[in-house]
This record gives sequence, C-alpha cells and structure tokens, in this order.
Amino acid sequence: MTAIVQAAKSLLLKEFWAALVLTTKYFFRPKVTINYPYEKGPLSPRFRGEHALRRYPNGEERCIACKLCEAICPAQAITIEAEPREDGSRRTTRYDIDMTKCIYCGFCQEACPVDAIVEGPNFEFATETREELMYNKDKLLANGERWEREIAANIALDAPYR
Amino acid sequence: MVEALYNLFGGEGPFLYFLAITASIMAVVLPLTISVAFAVYFDRKIWAAVQMRRGPNVVGPFGLLQSFADGIKLFLKETIIPAGANKAIFLMAPMITFTLALISWAVIPFDEGMALSDLNVGVLYILAISSLGVYGIIMSGWASNSRYAFLGGLRSAAQMVSYEVSIGFVLVCVLVKVGSLNLSDVVFAQEGGVLSWHFIPFFPIFIIFFISALAETNRPPFDLPEAEAELVAGYQVEYSSMAFALFFLGEYANILLMSVVMAILFFGGWYAPIPALDFIPGFLWLFAKTAIFFWLFAMVKAFVPRYRYDQLMRLGWKVFLPLSLAFVIIYSGVMVYAGWLPSHG
Repeated sequence: MTAIVQAAKSLLLKEFWAALVLTTKYFFRPKVTINYPYEKGPLSPRFRGEHALRRYPNGEERCIACKLCEAICPAQAITIEAEPREDGSRRTTRYDIDMTKCIYCGFCQEACPVDAIVEGPNFEFATETREELMYNKDKLLANGERWEREIAANIALDAPYR
Repeated sequence: MVEALYNLFGGEGPFLYFLAITASIMAVVLPLTISVAFAVYFDRKIWAAVQMRRGPNVVGPFGLLQSFADGIKLFLKETIIPAGANKAIFLMAPMITFTLALISWAVIPFDEGMALSDLNVGVLYILAISSLGVYGIIMSGWASNSRYAFLGGLRSAAQMVSYEVSIGFVLVCVLVKVGSLNLSDVVFAQEGGVLSWHFIPFFPIFIIFFISALAETNRPPFDLPEAEAELVAGYQVEYSSMAFALFFLGEYANILLMSVVMAILFFGGWYAPIPALDFIPGFLWLFAKTAIFFWLFAMVKAFVPRYRYDQLMRLGWKVFLPLSLAFVIIYSGVMVYAGWLPSHG
C-alpha cells in the first residue's frame, strides 16, 4: 500500500506542486535587496574604504613623514619619500598608495600618530584603468578635502571606544 | 496567411507572392525575436522574485530594455575563435541552432488560419526540427576543440535524443485521439471550452511531456550540458559576442516553442476557456497560455535542484519511456475497443 501511495505521489509530482506553491508565495514577498546605486546600506563609522590624507583646520598637512604606515603595511602598498621643508618641518615629498595592492586592513590608520592617513567611507572608486589606482599624494589630499566632513564625524563617533 | 496577404496585395505576379511570403515571415519572426528578448528579461525577473531579489531594473522602465542593452553589448564585442577550433563548423553551429529554433515556428497556428504554413504533417515537422537541433549543439561542442565544450555537447546530444523518444510517444497518444498531424486540427479537436481541452484526458502524459520539454530545451533541472559547476558553460564555453547571443536566443526561442506547443496540444490553442469569451482574439489566448507555461518554465528553474547525469538518464529511459509507451498502448487500445477513433483521414 505504501508503495502505491509513494508511486502516486511521485507520478502526480506532489513535491513539485508543494515547491511551486512555496516559491509562488516567496514570489510576492517584498524584496530584501536594496536598490543599490539609488539606495545604499548603512555603513559603520569604522568602515575602511578609500584612503585619504587629512589636513589640520588651518590647512597644514597632518602627515609628518614618520613612515609608520609604510612600515606596518602588510601588502607594502605605501611608498613614502620625505625631506625637511624650508621652515624646517619634516614633510613628505612623495606619498603613494598602490590601491591594487592594498588589502584595506586599516593598519595604516591605526599606526598613524596624527590621524593623517585614514580610510574613509567611500567604496565606489572603481576605475577603467589600472594606472588610475596608483594614488599619489595629490590624489590622497584631494580625497581628504572631499571626505573631511564624513571622516571627522566617523572619528568623533568612534573616539569613545578607543 | 500567405495567401491572404497575397490577395490583399492584389494577387498578381511572382514578385507580389514573394513579397507576401517575406512579409508573413517577418510578421512571425520579428515579434518572435522581440518576445524572446522579453522572455530573457522575464526569466531573470521571475528568478529574482522567487529569491526575493529585484532583478534587472535599471535599463529602461522596470529594466524592460535590459535584454536589448545586453544584445547591443554582445553585438559590439569580438567573436573569439579558438586557435584549435574548426573555424567553419565553429561559426556554423550557432547559426544552425538559431535558424532551427526559428523555423519550427512556421507551422504554429497562432489563430484560426493564422499559420505561416498550415502543414498537414506539422507535428512531425516540429519533431524533426527539434531533433535537428542536436546538430547545432554537437557541432559547437566538437568544433570548439575544448574538453568542456566537448563533454557538454555529448551530454546535450544524449539528453535530447533520450527525451525525444518519450515526447514522440506522448504526441502519438494525442494524435490517436485527433486523427491528424495538422496542428490546426489538433486545436479544432479541442473546441468547446476548458472541459474539452486535452489536458484532462491526457493528464498524466501531459506532465511527462512538460518534464521532457524541460529536458529537451536543456532547462534546469536538466541543464547538465551547461552545468556551470562542472562544465563551466558546456558547449557554449568557447563562444563570445554574437555567436553566443545566437545560442542564447535559440535556447529561449526553443523554450517559447515548447510552451506554445504545450498550449496547442493540451490547452486548446487559440480557444478561450469558456466559449462565451471567444470574442477576444484567439492569438491573445494563445499568447496568454504560452506566457503561463513560460512562467512555469522559469519557476521550475528557480525551485528544482539540478539532476545528476545518471539520474537524468534513468528518468528518461527507465521511467518516462516505459510509462509513455504504456500510455500509447492503453490509449490506443481503449480507443479501438470503444470505437472512439476519429473517422476522418
């Protein structure tokens, strides 16, 4: 008897219809994905995105060319050259990040004693050529200017936990 | 359909006849190609909806133009021919697949008298063309000179041959009742509302036909020829740009063909479910039925896990073949015994 019932079930595609009903229910459920380029998900203040070099409010570069970031970078993506400026302070003459090497671990911003190099909230910096991902100092400073408000807000939000 | 157009053009001379033929072919092929493009879009949309995703929604309103954007993209790309490939056969294979997918539509009656060619052996013609479809796939698999493509081509050929047998037997059952190989006659035999449609007397074998149609068109859960987990993309792995697009379009044209054949054979073709609704043009009914079957095809893709290859072969040869053969014998026996055989022909 059970064999007949089993045969009838498989011949009449019982499981198939059950699956069809179930998936049809899901068919009309609201979507769980966000409409990405137009809607974006929330980001943590600790989000590690595109790098930026920050400035002090008076316009002076924060970076003092201590090269801690270069030393700690596990992917060796950072290249720094430095020499004393005319007023005697140590400044970088070259600050390059190879974004194709970077693994976005955030060690550089942790190592930085003056909060100069930070990873901002921007993650949409795809380019059409590889060369565009070899960031130099100008590009990083420009990023800093562009994202300063968000970066400062994120640092302030994260400060109580540090 | 051709004759009607010919008479409309004035009905004189071979040139006008040629024009009438071309116009009626265009009247079938152009809407078909456009509906194939939308079928791809709806397939993706349905699949996405079942998984609670959004699917393509950026190109055009609700993403409706996505397929056309993809088509343009493929058109602009380079056709890469592998160094070891047999060039002529490699390039011929997608053309054959696409052409065969289109010419089956010549015998489909969209409405009363609205078939491109009202062939008296329409059902045989469709069977023959869909058998020929194997050639495009096996040629592409072999000419690519790649082991994945080769394995995919072999699998696909074996699978299509296996399931065609049971499709043939299911068709025999229907033809015994109808008494004609003409697809229009098959529809005429189902006149008079939903109760006289064939899916009621042919209920179990209609399901066999549906599942075999899934296998025949290489759709999930029987998409082993292109099982990406094992064969990357099967027979189309070496194809790019327009050659790939032709395979893709051919595949979806075949799916639509199978949907429309199911609507004609088992669901009353262009007839309305209730005779009172017959004032709505027949081709709209056929379109609606085809759309429902296409929806089923797309849903099956979303919820049925893929078969293993030996399971697929077992289902084809050890379950469907004996079942459909038994049904052929039972149906024809009952028909002969009860004297229900159609008298004409």
